[in-house]
Order: sequence, then C-alpha cells, then structure tokens
Amino acid sequence: MKKIDNVICPFCGCLCDDLSIRIENNKIISVEKGCSISKSLFLNHDKDLALPTVYGEKTSIKESVKEAVNILSSKKHTLIYGLSSTSIETQRIALELAEFLGGSIDQTSSVCHGPTVLATQQTGINTCTLGEVKNRADVVLFWGSNPLESHQRHYKRYSLFPKGMFIPNGRKSRKLIVADVRPTNSSKLADIFLQIDIGKDYEVINVLRLLLKGKKPTSDIVGGIEVKKLKDLLDVMLSANYGVIFFGMGLTMTKGKYHNVEAAISLVRELNFHTRWSIEAMRGHYNVKGAGSVFSWQTGFPYAVNFSLGYPRYNPGEFSAVDLLRRKEVDSMLVIASDPAAAFPHKAVKNMMDIPLIVIDPKVSISSKIADVIIPTAQVGIGTAGTAYRMDGIPLRMKKLISSPYPSDVDVLSSILSGIKEVKK
Amino acid sequence: MSGNWLIRGGTVYDPLNGITGKVKDIYVKNGKIVNKIDEFDIKIFDATGMIVAPGNVEIHSHIAGPKLTAGRILRPEDHIKDPVKAKHSLRSGCGFSVPSTFITAYRYLSLGYTTLMEAAVPPLEARHALDELEDMPVVDKGMYILMGNNNIIFSLLRKKEYKKAKEFVGWLLNATGGYGIKIVNPGGTDSWKWGKIFNSLSDETDWNIKPIEIVKLLAESAEEFKLPHPIHFHTYNIGFPGNYKAALDTISKLKEYRAHLTHFQFYCYGGDSWNNFRSESVKVAEEIRKCPNITVDMGQVLFENTTTMTADTPWQFNLHKISKNRWVSADVENETGSGIVPYTYKSTNPVNVIQWATGLELALLLDPWHIFLTTDSPNGGPFFLYPQVIEWLTSEEARKKIIDKLSPRIKKRMYLPNIHRELSLADIITMMSAGTAKALGLKNKGHLGIGADADIAVYKSKESISKTLSKVNFLLKGGKLVVKDGEIVDAVGNGKLLRVVTNVEDSSLEKYIKEYFDMYYSINFSNYKVEHDYFKNEEVVPCGGSI
Repeated sequence: MKKIDNVICPFCGCLCDDLSIRIENNKIISVEKGCSISKSLFLNHDKDLALPTVYGEKTSIKESVKEAVNILSSKKHTLIYGLSSTSIETQRIALELAEFLGGSIDQTSSVCHGPTVLATQQTGINTCTLGEVKNRADVVLFWGSNPLESHQRHYKRYSLFPKGMFIPNGRKSRKLIVADVRPTNSSKLADIFLQIDIGKDYEVINVLRLLLKGKKPTSDIVGGIEVKKLKDLLDVMLSANYGVIFFGMGLTMTKGKYHNVEAAISLVRELNFHTRWSIEAMRGHYNVKGAGSVFSWQTGFPYAVNFSLGYPRYNPGEFSAVDLLRRKEVDSMLVIASDPAAAFPHKAVKNMMDIPLIVIDPKVSISSKIADVIIPTAQVGIGTAGTAYRMDGIPLRMKKLISSPYPSDVDVLSSILSGIKEVKK
Repeated sequence: MSGNWLIRGGTVYDPLNGITGKVKDIYVKNGKIVNKIDEFDIKIFDATGMIVAPGNVEIHSHIAGPKLTAGRILRPEDHIKDPVKAKHSLRSGCGFSVPSTFITAYRYLSLGYTTLMEAAVPPLEARHALDELEDMPVVDKGMYILMGNNNIIFSLLRKKEYKKAKEFVGWLLNATGGYGIKIVNPGGTDSWKWGKIFNSLSDETDWNIKPIEIVKLLAESAEEFKLPHPIHFHTYNIGFPGNYKAALDTISKLKEYRAHLTHFQFYCYGGDSWNNFRSESVKVAEEIRKCPNITVDMGQVLFENTTTMTADTPWQFNLHKISKNRWVSADVENETGSGIVPYTYKSTNPVNVIQWATGLELALLLDPWHIFLTTDSPNGGPFFLYPQVIEWLTSEEARKKIIDKLSPRIKKRMYLPNIHRELSLADIITMMSAGTAKALGLKNKGHLGIGADADIAVYKSKESISKTLSKVNFLLKGGKLVVKDGEIVDAVGNGKLLRVVTNVEDSSLEKYIKEYFDMYYSINFSNYKVEHDYFKNEEVVPCGGSI
C-alpha cells in the first residue's frame, strides 16, 4: 500500500490540493480530506469506464482513433466541444486540431460562465486569488451560488471558515451574506440572507449601485426586498476592509444573464472607490478556467471560436456550441472530457445524434451513449499528470496516481491530429 | 534545418566585439559561431550588401502569463482589427496590443528577435506564464519573478533575518524557473490591497519596514548570488507629474548597487499637475550618465490604442480614474497584484505628446549601452511597432513631423525640439541586442564572436535605418534556419527556457516557508514549486555565488 499526500482533486473549480490518497494494487482505496463528491470520484475511478467503441462495436483504442481520423478528415465543419475537465496540455492540442480542420471550438463556459466573459469585456473586473479571501476578506457575499452543494469545501478552505493573516478568528471575523431566490444549505449559515424574487437580481444590484451613489430609488421594495434592508446591506458592504462577492449560475444563467454580472462587477468597481472589494465567478469544472486561458492565449478569445477563414473568429451566439448545433451548421462533433448531451437543450442534443459524434472521455456518459466513436482515456489527476487552473487562476500540476489501461487525452488527440495531417497531406 | 552555415560577404555589425560595418564571413557549426569550418557539408547564404547583426534580445516586454490572458479576454475589439491566418507550419492568431502567443513569437522573429524576457511573473502563477511561453516557438525566453511585494520577504525583513530573506530570494528563483528579480512599486502593490495609495521608498509600510530595505535586500541578493541580471526595477510614482524626483531619489539610493531601471520614460516628468506637466529628461539623464552600475530601458510611447498592464495596482486604479476606461485588477495572495486598463495615446493630447518626447529625449541623451529600446510592450504600444520608434531615433526629420504640429506652449515643455542627434545603425543594434544581452548577463547572446549562439539576423539594406531593421531577411536561431527571404519558413519546436539555479543550502528555510504557507497561502507548500516537467528545454545560466 502507498499513501500519497497533497493530491489535487480533479472535480470542481476549488481544485483542493490537500487530499491524502491510499493506493493498493493500482486501486485507490481511501481518500482523506476530500468532500463527498471527491471521495466518490476517486473511489470509483475504475467503475463505469468507457470502452473503445466504433458504431456500437467494441474495438481497440487504435481502431477507434483510426475511425475518428476517417470521420474528421472527411467533414467540412467539425465542432470540438468540452475541455473543461482535462489538462491545459490537452486544450492546447484541441485548439491546434480545430485550427487545422478549419472548424469551430467551444468549451463549457458557453453554457455556464460565458455571460461572465461578456460582462468582463464590457466593464473589466476586480478580482483576487482565494488566499486573499482567506487572509483579508471580512465580508463575503455569495450571489446565486450554493457552495455547500456545488463547491463543498469552498467555505471551509477559502471563503468562510479559514483563519488568515488579518482574519485571526476565521468564521467569527467574517460576515457572510447570501443572496438567492430560495433558502439553501449555504444560506443557513448566513448572517444576512436576501431572498430575491426570481429574475430580479439585476434590479436589486442596480438599486445597491443607486444607493451607493446617494440616489433614491422610486419604489420602497425591489425584487421582494425592502430598500431599507438594502441600505443596511450597503452599510455592511461599505464597512468591510476587504469584501468579496462570489457569484454562480444564479446570476449568469437566469434572466438578464450578462447584464446581471455586469451590474455585479460594476457594483464592486464602484465600491473600490470607498473600500476594497473583489468579485469572483464560482467556476464549475476543475479546469474550465484553464480552458478560457488556453483559448485566449492561442486565439485571443476565450470560447466560441471558429477557424473557417483560417484565422480565429469569436462570436458567442454564432459560434457557440448550442447555437451551431441548433442551426445544424456542423456536420461532425468531437466531444472531449465533457457531457453536452446531459446539459444541452433537447434540440441541440437531437442534432448531435444526427451527425457523426466522437467522444473522448474516461467514463461512460450520456454523450458517449449516443456517440458513433468512443475513445476512452486516462483521467487527468488520477491516471495521468497534467496542469489545471483553479477558479481564481492559480495553476497546479496534477499528479498521476495509478496507471490507467488507457492513454491520455494528449496522446489520443496527438494521434488524431497527426493522422489527419497524414490523410490531408 | 540546423547545420553548418557560412554567411558570406555581409556587412557585419557586432558592437560588443567592436565591429561596426565591416565585411566579414560568419561560420556556424552545431548552433554556435565558429572560426572556420573545414567540412564540405555547408550551406551558404550570400549576404553581400546586407547587414549582419546578432539576433535581438528583448529586455522588457509583457508577453506571457495571467495578466496577458486577462488582457486578451478583456479586449476582443483589439484582436478583431488584426487577425492573422495560419499558413504552412505557422499557427493562426491575432496581433495588436495583446497578441496571441504564436503571433507574439512570429512578430518578434520577423524583427530579428531571438531571445525574449517576460517582464513580470507572480511566483504563484509561474506555471501559467511557462505554459504560454511553451506556445511561443523558436525564441529563447526567460522570466522576471515579482518580489517587491512578497510577504515572506517582508516578514523576514521585519524580523531582521536578512540572511534567510536572501536565501528565500534564491529559493524562489529556483522554485519558479525565473531568470531575474523583478521589483514593482515595492510596498505599494501590497498597500493597495487595503486601498491605500503608497508611493515611496523611504516611508514605513504597514509591515514596519521601508521599501528601500526591500530593494537593497533584493539588490544584495542578486549580487551575492552573482545573478546574471541585477534587480529589474519599476520604481515608485510611475506616471505622475513631478515624478522625476522619484527617479533621482531611486538612482541616488542605488549608488552602491547594480540595477536595471525599467521603462524609465515614465519617470521623467516635471510639473505638479497635468496642466503644467513637462519633460525633465535632461535632469534624469544627467544622473544616469554618472552611474555605470545602472542601465535603463526606454518605455517609449506610440500614438496608438494599447492595453496597459502592470503589477503597479495603485497606478492602474489611478489610470482608470483618469481615463474612465475599463479596468481589471487582481490581487495575488502574499505576493503581488496586477491591473489592466486599455488606453489610447493621442498626438493631440498634450500629456501624451510630452511622454512621447520624453522617451526619445532620454534615448538621445544617453549612450546606447546605457539605454535600451523598449515600449514596455504593450504599455507604451505593441513591440512590433519598434520600427516606428527607430525612425524617430534615427531621423530628426521624422520627429519634426510631429513636433511641427505642436503649439509653442507644448514645445516649451519638452527638450526634443532642440535635440538634433540622430542615432546610427550601430547604436540601434546595440540598443536591441548587444546592450541588452550584456545587461542580462547572457554571454552567448548579443554578439557574433566565436562561441556565441548562432542567433544571427540579416537585414536587407534599405533607404533608412528604420526600414532596414523593420524586417529581417534571413534569420538563424541556434544555427537553425527560421527566416528566409523575409518569410518565416520554420517555426516548429521550442527555444530554450533561460533560468538561473542559485546555491541555497539552508534546510531550515523550507521549514519556515512551509509554516508560512500553512498559515497564509491557499495552496499546499508541496504544490508550489514548479515541477521539472516544465524545464525540459532549459538552459541554466550560471550564477555561481552564494549567500
């Protein structure tokens, strides 16, 4: 048996890096410190593994890669999608492949924090690493986010409980504000809970901005909350030495979308003229932050990129995966480390089924069940090493813990790329 | 396509070896410049009538890392105006003020650059910078590691544990794969985390230490470790009217040390408000001239829309207030922060035009071994517009085109109208290669002597110096053919990561750092040091000293 400490968890954007893992006979037998999701992920690492498959027939990795090459080299407009649960190294090659094919490439931000990107492009953003939250933040506000269920150790490791340089008493030195449309497990711990009417986040945030400017809103109740209560809230926010807003899909994927986020970012920017505030997106998948980064440094744009003119073009709504699929503009799809069939709208999924679909994933998923070609790979951070960027951008190197029967995403994508280059020579 | 080369009959400019415009053959074998080759297997490039010079060495440019990516994400409108297509082995991407990584490499190569230094990397995010550098093919590259606001250094200084603090500096360079020590507004970035504007070397910070102590500790560390490059210093009060006093103060405090003071144009301003803003380049140049231990780079501004980015967070907040432009800021735990603001320098804006004049004045008042060509890219403007800067430096007539349009009131606030010097081809080559390589302590770069790396740029002679240097015609990088007939023919494969490895012996040091980590960082100490996977293409530049 061997024990490995300070293991990094390849699940959510928290990218916790303090797990202890015990391994016996190339199998993970225990996980210490991880959350329940993390434990399940590690302990079931060898369950539900995908098998190399071509048109429903079990085959070898080599044959499935070969068929992927056949499909991709004969199609005119391939959509490559996913990439948020794999390494920086994989994302790099996926972009090169999309460019070589003259196709489109998108990552899961498209249906998640894409609006955060759009809002940032409108107005900028004031942000910080999670260690600053630990060290400095005396007021934290979670807006449209339920970390105890989505990012289970966020409160514990970063935002609510930890003692830091200027937060000597941890939880006692912090005020927690939660804004959501309903009470959640996370809101139970809040010092102040704002229950906002569904779809009214934009109004509430902008009334806070109005109050900050010393102006008076015309009504006494906004989004189900008394303006008086918002005034008190603003006083708490202004009393912070260092405040942080964390926001989730309750802002990005509800009515108003990027307008909500832009309002929240603007509030933070305006608060910075009085005291210090930062704002941070609660990124979901463990390396979705990395996907946005690699896309940006290779193409300039963080998601929804098309290469059909030989250079990268960016247009969410035009080149985003759901829109391309709904409009039937792509004739083949390559999914890497993601399960769009489980997340996309019905019409998009239906069209995914009508075109050749290749799925590269360690595990069986809904997408793999409808795929024409399945290429199983080793899970990054378990069966292979690789770099991932935490939700705040801190890059960490994930370890190889056990040996996987499958090759890495990097190996598979490299073989596909060189195979296509060979065909198209 | 690495192999034996003879570059025949070119007019060679090799300032470090005292060669300026001599017709000379250059031989290359195994990626190095050699005396002569006896083999028959040799490729010949006929450089008759062309200019042969060392590959250029960039001393200060923001090219890779988290703030670049933040800038790229912020500015789709910047990329759309400058798309770049893929062709043969070249990748696609975008140019303008925050270019994609591949395009950064290609555009530098087209200007004859073969070595690049990324100007500011937070230690905690070194892997990100290294990931981006990995996607910059062919060129050799290195990183300066931000240390001027590092809380571990502050805590050791406060306890007066100088030896341990210096060892930590060496340890941090090793841990991150850095080449040199970067200091940005020491104490200032840290103070701004509480919203305080702190701009001084002599006042006490919240840590009960003075920034000058930090600077001296880092300067001494660089000297005692015998680092190839001394401290790379962005001092306090950048951008403000009257800040030439900060420049003079900084220079006077560094009398006993070696230092590189970066983008110094931004520190040569007189007046006490934006209304009487003026150039004080003459006073600053006079002091720099007296200091053989100090080098500077220009930080020239161009009249362009660009993206400013720096670890000087309080200044970026100020620039946001002045310009009302979009603003990104990021605080990095225990180490540093960064700010990004898009900005347009306009020839019709009196402050901008005085900044423009100030940078050129500084370069024209100093010796090319003392000041190097930069735009603090992208802060003053993107690097691929260097030929425009070269034109102003080498042609008074070109400068006059802008000066003549200025009102007498503005002209009185600058020295440039009365400076008639025009720099020579050898001066510019010195400012781009020999001088920078020397300041960086890169013994195998920036010259064409025996044993130097075969990084050789050949330019076609054209009607002006700036046109000649605007595009390399033939380029070897480590003996490999990269540019032929002005086109990049091979940009596959990576250059080397230039880094230092210092002698750090104290084993109690890591224990101390780990304790600090457990309390104040949000990652585990054992996941901090950059893994060796990242150093596959490394070249360790020797430094030999110890604390």
